[in-house]
Amino acid sequence: MAERVTRAANRNEDAGAKGALKFDKIIEIRNVSKVFDDVTVVDNMNLSVKRGDFVTLLGPSGCGKTTLLRMIAGFATPTSGSIFLDGKDITDLPPHKRPINTVFQKYALFPHLNVFKNIAFGLKLKRIPDVKRDKKGEPVLNPKTGAHIDVMRKFTKNEIAEKVNRVLKLVGLEGYGHRDTTSLSGGQQQRVAIARALVLEPKVLLLDEPLGALDLKMRKEMQFELKKMHDELGITFIYVTHDQEEALTMSDKVVVISDGVIQQMGTPKKIYDEPANAFVANFIGESNILTGEMQEDYKVRFCGADFKCEDKGFGRGERVDLVVRPEDIFVYKDGSGKGQLKGVVTSVVFKGTYYEMNIATGEYEFTVQSTESFTTDSKVELGIKPDGIHIMKKMRTVNEIITTVDGENTVDFHGGSFEFENTEQLEKGTRVKLSVAFDKVELTDDERDGVIGGNIGQSLYKGAYYQVQVYTDDDDDIYVDTPDEWDIDDRVGILIKPQDLRVEKCAESEEDEQEDEETEVEADA
Amino acid sequence: MRKLRVGKGIFALPYAAICVIFVIFPLLLLLIYAFRGDDGSFTFANFADVFTNPTNYMALLKTLGTSLLATAICLLIAYPLAYILASSPFNKFAILALLFVVPMWMNFMLRIFALQSLLGMLGIEKGYGSAIVGLVYDFLPFMLLPIYTALVNLDHSYAEAAGDLGANGFKTFLKTTLPLSVPGIMSGVMMVFMPCFSAYAITETMGDSNTSVIGGKIDMLIASRQWGVGSALAFVLLVLVIIVMVVGNVATRARNKTENSALTRGGTL
Amino acid sequence: MNAKRKVFTVLGWVILIAALIIIYLPIALVILYSFINSKNVGESGPVSLELYKQLFENEKLLTAAGNTLLIGVISAFAATILGTVSAVGIFYLKRGKQTVNIVSQLTVYNAEIVTAVGFFLLSILLRNVVQKGIAWLIVCHTVITVPYVILTVSPRLSQLNPNLFEAGTDLGASAARTMFTVIFPQLIKGMVSGFALAFTLSLDDFVVTNMNRGDSVETISTFVYNSIRRGVPPAVRALSTIIFVAVLVVLIAVNIAGKAKARKGNKM
Repeated sequence: MAERVTRAANRNEDAGAKGALKFDKIIEIRNVSKVFDDVTVVDNMNLSVKRGDFVTLLGPSGCGKTTLLRMIAGFATPTSGSIFLDGKDITDLPPHKRPINTVFQKYALFPHLNVFKNIAFGLKLKRIPDVKRDKKGEPVLNPKTGAHIDVMRKFTKNEIAEKVNRVLKLVGLEGYGHRDTTSLSGGQQQRVAIARALVLEPKVLLLDEPLGALDLKMRKEMQFELKKMHDELGITFIYVTHDQEEALTMSDKVVVISDGVIQQMGTPKKIYDEPANAFVANFIGESNILTGEMQEDYKVRFCGADFKCEDKGFGRGERVDLVVRPEDIFVYKDGSGKGQLKGVVTSVVFKGTYYEMNIATGEYEFTVQSTESFTTDSKVELGIKPDGIHIMKKMRTVNEIITTVDGENTVDFHGGSFEFENTEQLEKGTRVKLSVAFDKVELTDDERDGVIGGNIGQSLYKGAYYQVQVYTDDDDDIYVDTPDEWDIDDRVGILIKPQDLRVEKCAESEEDEQEDEETEVEADA
Repeated sequence: MRKLRVGKGIFALPYAAICVIFVIFPLLLLLIYAFRGDDGSFTFANFADVFTNPTNYMALLKTLGTSLLATAICLLIAYPLAYILASSPFNKFAILALLFVVPMWMNFMLRIFALQSLLGMLGIEKGYGSAIVGLVYDFLPFMLLPIYTALVNLDHSYAEAAGDLGANGFKTFLKTTLPLSVPGIMSGVMMVFMPCFSAYAITETMGDSNTSVIGGKIDMLIASRQWGVGSALAFVLLVLVIIVMVVGNVATRARNKTENSALTRGGTL
Repeated sequence: MNAKRKVFTVLGWVILIAALIIIYLPIALVILYSFINSKNVGESGPVSLELYKQLFENEKLLTAAGNTLLIGVISAFAATILGTVSAVGIFYLKRGKQTVNIVSQLTVYNAEIVTAVGFFLLSILLRNVVQKGIAWLIVCHTVITVPYVILTVSPRLSQLNPNLFEAGTDLGASAARTMFTVIFPQLIKGMVSGFALAFTLSLDDFVVTNMNRGDSVETISTFVYNSIRRGVPPAVRALSTIIFVAVLVVLIAVNIAGKAKARKGNKM
């Protein structure tokens, strides 16, 4: 009898093990998009999560990371695409049927229940497989076949109490069961929220910025404890945060998201050392992001000097983005001849274990971390080793749209009439391809000085200039390279000199296809 | 095709269904019956009757007058009472305001019976005056409560600021307290004016046959199986209600807008 | 300034007390004369409990009171559940929120006589399905009072943790179960006020009731209204007294309970 039970259990385990091999990915996101009121929040994402991993979705607020998490939990349904759990499509499964539990940003503890009852809430609803038993707890057999009768049963009171107390101990809240949740501190409430989710032994635990509401000290402590819990329990964690430090210290894998698109995924080290693009480099850690020019394979020129690097495969003379981490820059005394660049120290701050200095060279002000301190205004040399330079393809350099000529010498550009040099005598109403380089767009303080107005979106310091995203009033965006620093949400005017506007007549066929469609070409296209 | 999984908004569905069946649909029935002759054919006769038969349109006009008068008297009595209740030292005694609304919890017909008994004992004849007294007695709490709520929640700093800027007591009241209590007055007026139309139980028991409001007329028409004319009259009343609602909504929105823009203008200056 | 204040205070008390006396005088008179066995208020008669005896022997009046209570309790209960569920639904509604709100506003602001005629015509249309009478009145009263419950419950909803509902479903409760075990307990205060409001509105209703009650069903309102021409039975004075005392007892109990709870809350 007992043997039979064990065998059945083994069979299950075997199936589970096989399953694990076959679907080592516990969660798989396939071509998932989510559109809210015509705004694409998640744009065709593909992502798989390995069983037992601690995966962090990292990105600025509004990037789509929380929406993705909510779709995994079942609170939102993808507009298109599918979500798989253990190889099964769960896209349309309601949240209460998913073996996935969530720790919410603001805890969402039930105010009318005490700590114990909050944690027991899910246990009371859960059904577990068992065999039919009599009052003494002995299994009842099928009189014909002599086999056990499979049933689903609730947890008993004792089982619930035992599980709740165990998880309370795990989160360090032993003896808090009878307490009112409103009488707890933020950190304690967070622990209850974690306990409430963990007690159900979910296949995946989702955490939506769980530490966001805690103070710094508490946050550090909880980071450590969450990591420990993850290691002990072996449950897959999917963690959402906008805090890059949190992401790097806790995760096995980081997924950087921006504008609903995965920018890069990989181990924290990989993300930090080899950011895929300027956005990732800027978002992860402090970095110096510059524009350079490839001289040949393994050689790049920036700040007026040539540097050896470890990257190849770019075109000769191709403009590239490059990242140099502050700790990869070596500072030498002036005249030592060890560095490739000369600069002047503009500020020094002691950060506990190192000094952080700003050092101005001719074009760019580097942020440098060094164990050795130099006084302000002292002249220094900067050296960068080949493995300290990470080169990325430049994303875009030209704003390009399809539009129409709307006057004798003017063309429509995001709702305004811009003058251009109409050498081809294009008539009003002609469909044209208009392009303007990022650095040829001028921004003005006063909106009225520009032909059209716009709002500053994100701004990236690229060394010697800022690359700014400007949202135009027709809900589109253009990029501008500008020497000035602008604040996010500033209203600006947009000006373009007539000679900087390149206007080409569209081919007829293209016109039909691309009616009103706006495209921005890649630099290498 | 993806199976559509609806959100928590689904909980509004039962009520939406009820709204359709028990609110919208009966009003459509009203419209149908209003345009339906005795033989079931389409007709304007019912509306013609409403607008040409003096007993019908006079009843409507008289009701308007009665409701206006009752509402005005309620306002004139309730505002000073609410003002006193909401100001120091009376606002310290919550029980005071409560005392004014306790009768509201008793059945209104029993209250009218009590009032009628008193007037009868005092030898006051039934008539138009008694009917107005009845309406005011019954509806006073509905006018008092919203005004009191508006006044008691008023930020006292406004009045203090006005006083600080040199306005005397009455001017302060006129320039700050009164305008700021307008929402309370509006909702009080809405809660008295419209119900007066239907309050034939009061006007008929307190007054004589001449004082009945339109509600009594409609009730009588329906009871005597003149459903067409009754529906037409009810429909006219409905149109009136909708006009009042729309005007009220527009006024509220306009006020909010001006207040908001005043605030933002103040903010940028 | 101080003298002015004093005048205002004294005058205020005088006005308030005068107003209260006028408001309570009719009720006080009825209460007084419920202990005097006379045909009308103001007429002399022996002091006795005779009218109370008459009340409990007046089957029609007792039935009317019973009907009023029955319709009030059931319709208020139904309106509370329906109104609370609807309030949650409307709160989370993305589209159509405005429409639902306007329709529910329409039931609140509509002249009651129009609503009454609407129900009446509906009952004519459905005459093979429903009979005018208590059940139909319960339906009518529920529909009329639901918007008031929604208005009472809604404000609390916006203060709730936005993820509360999701937390319930996340932990394995179905949407309906989450509604009853997670959301309802948070709204209990609003639901109680909503119930009280719906109950009083139902007790007070006359216009809809009179037109939809059928021939045999009476409530307190219709009973008093219909008997006022023939002469209201003196036992109504006894009924008025009982109802007034009941209202007072409930209000005082609620107040004391509220204060006790507040004290308990402060202690913790």
